[in-house]
Amino acid sequence: MNSFLPMIISRSQSSNIMNFFVPIIAILLTLITGSIIFLLLGFDPFYALYTFFISPISTSYGVSELLVKATPLALIAIGLAFCFKNNIYNIGAEGQLTMGAIFGGGIGILFHDTNAFWLLPLMIFAGALGGALWGLIPALLKTKFNTNEILTSLMLVYIALFILDFLVVGPWKDPNGFSFPKSRAFSDSGRMPLLFDGLRVHFGLIITLFLIFVSWFVFSKTMFGFQLKVSGFSPKAARYAGFNQTTLIFLAFGICGAFAGIAGLSEVSGPIGLLYRDISPNYGFTAIIVAFLGRLHPVGIIFASLIIALTYLGAEDAQLFLQIPSAVGFIFQGLVLFYLLGAELLINYKLTFKKT
Amino acid sequence: MSIELIIGILEIILIATTPLVFAGIGELVTEKSGVLNLGVEGMMLVGAVTAFVTLVITGNYFFAFLISILSGVIMSGLFAILVLFLMSNQIATGLALTIFGIGLSSMLGKEYIGTPIDGLSPWFFVIFSFVIVFFISYFFYKTKMGLILRAVGESHNSAHALGYSVIKIRFLSILFGGSMCALAGSYISICYAPMWQEGMTAGRGWIALALVVFATWKPERVLIGAYIFGGVTILQMNLQALGLRFPGQFFSMAPYIATIVVLVLISSNRLRIKLSAPASLTIPFYKGR
Amino acid sequence: MNDLILDIKNISKSFPRVTANNKVTFGIKRNSVHAILGENGAGKSTFVKILYGLLEPDEGSIDYNNKPFEINSPAEARKNGIGMVFQHFSLFESLSVRENLILGIDKTMSYSNLEKKLENISSQYNLPLDLDAPITSLSAGEKQRVEIVRILLQDPQILIMDEPTSVLTPQEVESLFITLNALVKEGRTILYITHKLEEVISICDTVTIMRNGEVIDTSSTSNFTAKTLATKMLGQKLDDLKTNYDHIRDETNFEVNNISCEFNDPFLTDLKNISFKVRVGEIYGIAGVAGNGQSELMDLLTGENTNISSGEIIFNKNKIQNFGPQKRRDLSISFVPENRLGHSAVPELSLSENILLSQFPKNNFLKNGIILKNNIDNYANNVIKDFNVVTPGNDAKASSLSGGNLQKYVIGREISSNPKLLIISHPTWGIDAGAEHAIRESLIDLAQNGTSIIVISQDLDELLEITHKISVIYNGKLSNAFNTNEVQIEKLGLLMGGKNE
Repeated sequence: MNSFLPMIISRSQSSNIMNFFVPIIAILLTLITGSIIFLLLGFDPFYALYTFFISPISTSYGVSELLVKATPLALIAIGLAFCFKNNIYNIGAEGQLTMGAIFGGGIGILFHDTNAFWLLPLMIFAGALGGALWGLIPALLKTKFNTNEILTSLMLVYIALFILDFLVVGPWKDPNGFSFPKSRAFSDSGRMPLLFDGLRVHFGLIITLFLIFVSWFVFSKTMFGFQLKVSGFSPKAARYAGFNQTTLIFLAFGICGAFAGIAGLSEVSGPIGLLYRDISPNYGFTAIIVAFLGRLHPVGIIFASLIIALTYLGAEDAQLFLQIPSAVGFIFQGLVLFYLLGAELLINYKLTFKKT
Repeated sequence: MSIELIIGILEIILIATTPLVFAGIGELVTEKSGVLNLGVEGMMLVGAVTAFVTLVITGNYFFAFLISILSGVIMSGLFAILVLFLMSNQIATGLALTIFGIGLSSMLGKEYIGTPIDGLSPWFFVIFSFVIVFFISYFFYKTKMGLILRAVGESHNSAHALGYSVIKIRFLSILFGGSMCALAGSYISICYAPMWQEGMTAGRGWIALALVVFATWKPERVLIGAYIFGGVTILQMNLQALGLRFPGQFFSMAPYIATIVVLVLISSNRLRIKLSAPASLTIPFYKGR
Repeated sequence: MNDLILDIKNISKSFPRVTANNKVTFGIKRNSVHAILGENGAGKSTFVKILYGLLEPDEGSIDYNNKPFEINSPAEARKNGIGMVFQHFSLFESLSVRENLILGIDKTMSYSNLEKKLENISSQYNLPLDLDAPITSLSAGEKQRVEIVRILLQDPQILIMDEPTSVLTPQEVESLFITLNALVKEGRTILYITHKLEEVISICDTVTIMRNGEVIDTSSTSNFTAKTLATKMLGQKLDDLKTNYDHIRDETNFEVNNISCEFNDPFLTDLKNISFKVRVGEIYGIAGVAGNGQSELMDLLTGENTNISSGEIIFNKNKIQNFGPQKRRDLSISFVPENRLGHSAVPELSLSENILLSQFPKNNFLKNGIILKNNIDNYANNVIKDFNVVTPGNDAKASSLSGGNLQKYVIGREISSNPKLLIISHPTWGIDAGAEHAIRESLIDLAQNGTSIIVISQDLDELLEITHKISVIYNGKLSNAFNTNEVQIEKLGLLMGGKNE
């Protein structure tokens, strides 16, 4: 045995302290790696990190933008927690988001010249419905036909994107839009109300916080939350307890889809105001990272969504001021997830150095 | 329909299907050793961009493929370290690899979008894809090393008890998978397209994962599955080109819908999946127990 | 020249929570059958895993053929002529016998020799094999044969056998002993791990007795009787348990009527026309070698599988064969499946949370779907107190408990609901002697108070000790029931081997 390599020893009980520290370790390691990458690219790492992580949120506009980005991420991630806790790998939230935008946005387009108080609630409901229906397809295929939900939910993302594309260049195209691939704008009452004058942060944030609170309650206080947890840890124990796993799968997918659908709708009725091709910069996929980084815990997810949202803003600033391609944001997202997964070892194992 | 047209279509199908075969067979070897790597799409993209950029810089095809395969080895090596040594969750780690790969490829290729290159003739690779499938089939069922690899995927504890190095065998299988995915990617950016565009693999990595299930983990069947998907893809393109009065998007969906349909058909036979999937797939191996 | 093939000095190994081996020291004579005797949890398995290179000792050393020997991996152990037959086998289920054997051969041996060499081994040691059969299709005895042949291909000097008879019928045990004797005659050494006294007396030359991770004694078997061995193995004497037939009421409250179940799955055993009756206050035992349909039957009894082909299950005049587990609990039936970690308990959850897995109608655990944490904590605390569960508290995770304590907790959870019927599978599997005794005692007490109990177990001694009636399951069929105090063990042995008269 090499004495400089640590031994990995199984813990008898997973460490709660580590459960808390692991995400922090992962973020620190990502920042260190990020500095090295910036250094290699020929930038002063401190200036680059400042541009990336501090300057984007140094104004109230920047904070508002952070919240605008964090809103869909947190909402989708908390929905994903319903699936991931149950050990269901729904990775098609992007498709569910798109369907939510299509259903809710469809209502907005239909009533584009109507101004009424019921319009926005109806659009939100339709968005939730669209997302949920799209999410229920993999649930149905998994429970009825034993089909791997990872692959089916992902394929449905592509299909949803093609449907959106078809709608905005076809039947829902804005007749006065000079044949740009976009729909009519929604009426004012079909838009998410802004929370502050002059800032883009909108009512979707309130919806998200409310749903996160509800989810916290469900996870920690209700039998349903308990059932999800048991079924995720050991399906056999869930069977022994007599929990209906088919129902659990449908509910998890349905809730996750509905949340993603609401996120999609609040994007199009919030900052965007109409339907077009690229409504989401991969929020549905990035939310997977948020969910893991937040350790599927509501409070964790709130923090994680802010951090990951910052990588979006930082990437934009980095491109603007440093001419670093904005894709570097995705690299940070991937890195933080890598480090997180690697550091998770510390929760269930401890490292000891031993001489031979 | 003229003979030329049919031959032409067959040629296009062969050319379009080859990357699926490479990625599918690579992932199959990885899975046979008991590891699920969902990073196929990410590794393909990085493979595609590294090959393309190397070609633009050096003008040398050999270097392009070499660097690309090296990138696949590095990407999958990263994955292997996480899942084998740090025992991280294979599904989450594979997703991370894909997300990371999408970002990395888009960063590396930013300045090269639209750069013209001379494409390479695909035929060597088309033939090579058949050779590799039959080689893997021979390797699995006629050689002792292949038997050991299958045994490790079946029960890592038994293999360890017989003195085989589970970690080493899995590591090599993952690296093989990674290099095949990178090869698939470089083929797309250098022979098939030939160009670089963000996200140009367009879900082929995920379809390759579906292919392994479709093939019920048997190498030759990867070929059959790949050609079904390749056929559907080319068919829809041709139908679109015919200018039928039917929105193109619905044709473009066809390969993804086909993937779902085929997965449903294969998976609904639970017993068959249970019997053919490697028994220790996704289960981490921890020595000290 | 010392005639010790292995000289073990001060081997220690600790895990979180337990010291599995504490300065284990003894010698093994060349060309002998050496037993390591001890109860479950005495540290035997840990020790042989160290010897075979599967675990690394914290301290201590081993001399092999009078030379210091460090074993870091099974590969090294095998190269040096140490082979091991595992209790639960180390075979590849979906591969054929031939492929399994090939995997056990060194690079140096050529394939062409394989068939011939096999023929020799098969005839020499009375170990017939069908090379093309998949492992899944074999019985436990046949699987063990494959393992032994695979090791013999390596021509080992030392053969470690970990509880080799636990899955065999009494008749298969005899034929195993013939093989072992032939191996020793050729000069090999056998290290025989067991907790069964008679086996030590009948085939071992020397015995090392272990208790709580320590060696109590090493001596020639001829110095012992079964009684003196037992005293040394168990330490303080535990009271004999007594079953009593007087309290049983002549009233059937549970009846399985001609149940059949086809799975169409090579990994599962189909159940064929299973019928039995249990009376009020009776403990009914189902014996049998593992893999003969026990877990499949258990799933039907608990309601985890309600997909039966034909037949009915009747409890207090209710037909319950289509009821799920929760509906059966509503009728006051409770269950304890074999596997603690991940079936009857969730290792990642706290003891309190684990209470919720089986909620009985009388307990006030929920209100409108919201969990009443205080009520659960109280229930958990009572179980911990009543059943002497050693744990820091009800918020400890289930995985942090020792096997015996967790089993006491799980069984306590079920018994505390005052069930009318308890169905339990392998109640004392893999736990220490103290917990085993406590669990058996609590089952007898429960029956005394009018609960009917069904016990499925591979451990024939356990069933003989605590049941009133006993039957045997073989290949998915259940034998007639016998009164436990009258039945002959040979008869049960034949039934376990599939021989009916």
